[in-house]
Amino acid sequence: MSKIHIEGLIKTYTSKHGPVTALKDVSLSIKQNEFVTLVGPSGCGKSTLLKLMGALIRPSRGTLLFDGARLLHPTRDVGIVFQEAVLLEWRTVLDNVLLPTEILGLDKVKSRGRAMDLINLVGLAGFERRFPRELSGGMQQRVSLCRALIHNPSVLLMDEPFAALDAMTREELGFELMRIWDKDKKTVIFVTHNITEAILLADRVVAMTPRPGRIARIVDIELSRPRTIDMEFTQKFKSYSDQIREVIYHGTGASRS
Amino acid sequence: MTAERNAAELYQEDKALEPSDSTLKAVLGATLTLMALAILWEVLVRQFQVPAWLLPSPSLIVESMVEWRSELVGHSMVTLYETLVGFALSIAISVPLAVAVVYSPLLQNTIYPILLALQSMPKVAIAPLLALWIGFGTLPKIVVVFLVCFFPIIVATATGLAAVPAPLMDLIRSLSASSLQTFVKIRFPTAMPHIFVGLKIAITFAVIGAVIGEFVGSESGLGYLILVSTSQSRTPLAFGALVLLTIMSIVLYYGIALVEHVVVPWAPRN
Repeated sequence: MSKIHIEGLIKTYTSKHGPVTALKDVSLSIKQNEFVTLVGPSGCGKSTLLKLMGALIRPSRGTLLFDGARLLHPTRDVGIVFQEAVLLEWRTVLDNVLLPTEILGLDKVKSRGRAMDLINLVGLAGFERRFPRELSGGMQQRVSLCRALIHNPSVLLMDEPFAALDAMTREELGFELMRIWDKDKKTVIFVTHNITEAILLADRVVAMTPRPGRIARIVDIELSRPRTIDMEFTQKFKSYSDQIREVIYHGTGASRS
Repeated sequence: MTAERNAAELYQEDKALEPSDSTLKAVLGATLTLMALAILWEVLVRQFQVPAWLLPSPSLIVESMVEWRSELVGHSMVTLYETLVGFALSIAISVPLAVAVVYSPLLQNTIYPILLALQSMPKVAIAPLLALWIGFGTLPKIVVVFLVCFFPIIVATATGLAAVPAPLMDLIRSLSASSLQTFVKIRFPTAMPHIFVGLKIAITFAVIGAVIGEFVGSESGLGYLILVSTSQSRTPLAFGALVLLTIMSIVLYYGIALVEHVVVPWAPRN
C-alpha cells in the first residue's frame, strides 16, 4: 500500500478573472519512506499539491488517500517545513521545537528529551536557550526542521525549505537532511525550483509544468546512497537533469541548455 | 565543525545586536540642543526687553515654578490621574474589542465604520458636550482621554492579531490546534509589539486629551492652571505648567517603552 495515493486530483481557485486551474488531473503514488521531490517553475502547482497532502486545502475533485484513507482533515502524522522558518520570536530554540508537542498535548518530559536529541542531531547543541533573532537563517531553518520532526510524524512536507538560504548553506542543509532521513526514515515530499537539488535529494523527481499545473514527467533517480556532491558531475546526473529540463521548458518558449 | 561555524556566526550577530553608545549620544545631543535653545531664548528676551507677560525668560519660568511648586504639583496630580485612568480604561476596552473584531467579520463590518466616524470627530468639539452631559468633575476629562486613546489602541491590536504569517497559521492548522491554543500561543504574542506601538501613540494623545477636557471647564488640573494664569497675565506660571505637561508626556511615553522592554523583549527597537 502506498503512503500517499493521489488520483485524478483537480484543484481550481476562483479569482477576479474567473476560475483558475492550479492543478489538473494529477495522479501520483508515494511509497512509505520514499524521498520525492516536486520540481517546476512558479505557478506549476507544486506548493498547492504539497498543501493538499497536508490537508491544508481541499481538492476540487479527485482522490487523495493517506495510509489508504481519504484525507479530510490535517493529520498529526505530518510535519511541515516552509521556506521561511517562521519561528516564534518570543520562544527559545528549545521552546520553539516543543510547540507542536504542547498543541498535541504530548508528554512533557519525553518531548523535552526528544527535542534535545533533535537539536543535537542538526548541530545546534548549546543553542537551546538562544532566541531566533540570535540565529542565522540556516540555523533558524534547522530549528524549524526539528519542530517538524518533534512529534515523530511519518511524513515530512517541505515547501522550498532552503530556497531563502545562500547556496553553500543550502547544500549543507540538503546533505544534513539526507543524513537525518537515513537515520530516521520518513516519507519526504520536498518542493523546490532547483533541479540540481531535486535530483541530489530524491528517490524520484516529479517534474511539473504550469498553466494548468500538472505532472509532466516522473524520473526515478538511481544514484547510490549516501549521495555525494561529486555525483552532480556524473553523466547519469546530467542525463536526469536533461530529462527534467526538457519537460519543464518544453512548450513554454524558454530554452536553456 | 558546524557548531564551530555556528558559534562564529552567532558571535557576529551578537556584535550587531549589542546596544551601541548611540542612545547615549542621542540623549546628550538632545540635552545640549535644549540647553543651547534655552540660553538663546534667555539672551534674546533680555536683549530685546520682551515683557514677561508676553514671553517670559527661562530663568523667570523656573523661578515661578519654584514659587508655585505646591500648586503645580497638586494640579499635575489631577491631570496625571485623569490621563492614567482614561488610558487604562481605554486599554481595558480596546484590546478585548479588537479581539472580537478580528474574530468576527460581522463585528468588523459593523463596528469599524462607527469607530472611524468617532475617530474623525474632533475631540475638542466633543468635550463641551461631555461637560453638558456629565458635568465638570474629573469624569468628563477621563472620557475625553479614553476617546483619544481608544482608536490607536484598537487599530494597533487588531493589526497585530492579524499579523501572524500565513505559513505559521498553516503549521498550526496542520496540528489541529484549537482557537484558544492559537490565540494564546500564537496570535496574542504576535500582536504584543503592535499593541505597544498603539499604546505609545495613545499615551502622548492621552495627556492632550486631559488638557482639552480641562480647557472646557474645570477647577483643577494643569490645563485649568494654564487657562487661569494666562487670563491673569501670569504667563511665567502658564509656561511652568506647559513644561510640566511636556515632562509628564515624555515620562509616560518612556514609561510605556520601559514596560515594553520588559514585557516584549523581542519587539524591534527603534
